[in-house]
Amino acid sequence: MGHAVDTSKGLPPHPERATLEGKNKFLGFWFFLGGETVLFATFFGTYLGLRNGVADGPTAAEIFQLPLVFIMTMLLLTSSLTSVLAMYAMKKNKFKAMIAWLWVTVLLGLGFLGMEIYEFYEYSVHYGLGYTTSAFASSFYTLVGLHGAHVVFGLSWIICLLIRYRRSGITLTNAPKFYVASLYWHFIDVVWVFIFTVVYLMGIGG
Amino acid sequence: MADNLSTSFSKSAMSEEELRKTNQEQKRQIIAFALMIFLTLLAFVAVGAELIPASFAIPFILILAFIQLFLQLLYFMHLKDKDHGWANAFMASGMVIAIPVIAALMLLIGVVKY
Repeated sequence: MGHAVDTSKGLPPHPERATLEGKNKFLGFWFFLGGETVLFATFFGTYLGLRNGVADGPTAAEIFQLPLVFIMTMLLLTSSLTSVLAMYAMKKNKFKAMIAWLWVTVLLGLGFLGMEIYEFYEYSVHYGLGYTTSAFASSFYTLVGLHGAHVVFGLSWIICLLIRYRRSGITLTNAPKFYVASLYWHFIDVVWVFIFTVVYLMGIGG
Repeated sequence: MADNLSTSFSKSAMSEEELRKTNQEQKRQIIAFALMIFLTLLAFVAVGAELIPASFAIPFILILAFIQLFLQLLYFMHLKDKDHGWANAFMASGMVIAIPVIAALMLLIGVVKY
């Protein structure tokens, strides 16, 4: 590597950026998140343009249920906190605590995902809102589905890391990987904040 | 160096001072989380209980969403930290491009009237 890290005293305070590789992962990942922001903006813009085109299908106000969306929001917000706590455990070299908090994050994420699947099932089977029913339906399923796909990917990513490094302890190799996965998870949460505001609350309230 | 990249550590190299600061920061994170939950509740109540007129509800919940965006980015994703200059630059450029993209798509699709 040629990039000297003083590890004689123990785990460096910022293990995720102690090596050059970690620094590069960190920078590259933020570059990716900037691009993801624009990707989601195109989906949001399309949804906002099409959301009143309901054809003969149900409208947003007819199908959306606040309690369900509220519970989903709470699950995802809490999972963002638990992954933050996992990163503090990492910085303090508390491996077991980090792993435990990340498993809590995964469980909360799975709960969210289960409710989203239930929600889509309800809309399509009981309310007759198929993907091609209306412009609103297509843009809704595409935007919320893209976010759901991000959740699936983020969960698979974290689970892979948890299995791969289940006994390794915190090292300078895996610390950047855990850190970047947690950044991704926060980003998913940020996007959801706009989905529950723009799609669900605006769909019901205006 | 290269040989200790995949060995774990028996202890943290954090000084007492750094540990104290980290714990303090962690507390602040939990306060930020409590604030996020409060803002979310406020947004849901504003729409669910119809406490405020619909014309004001939309700008109101959008403002709440933006406050949450910055809480997440600055606190949970550490963008407020000193050594995050480039991270800030990347994220800011993404958001700056995102706004006209949303506006343009809304207007274009609206004009054509699908």
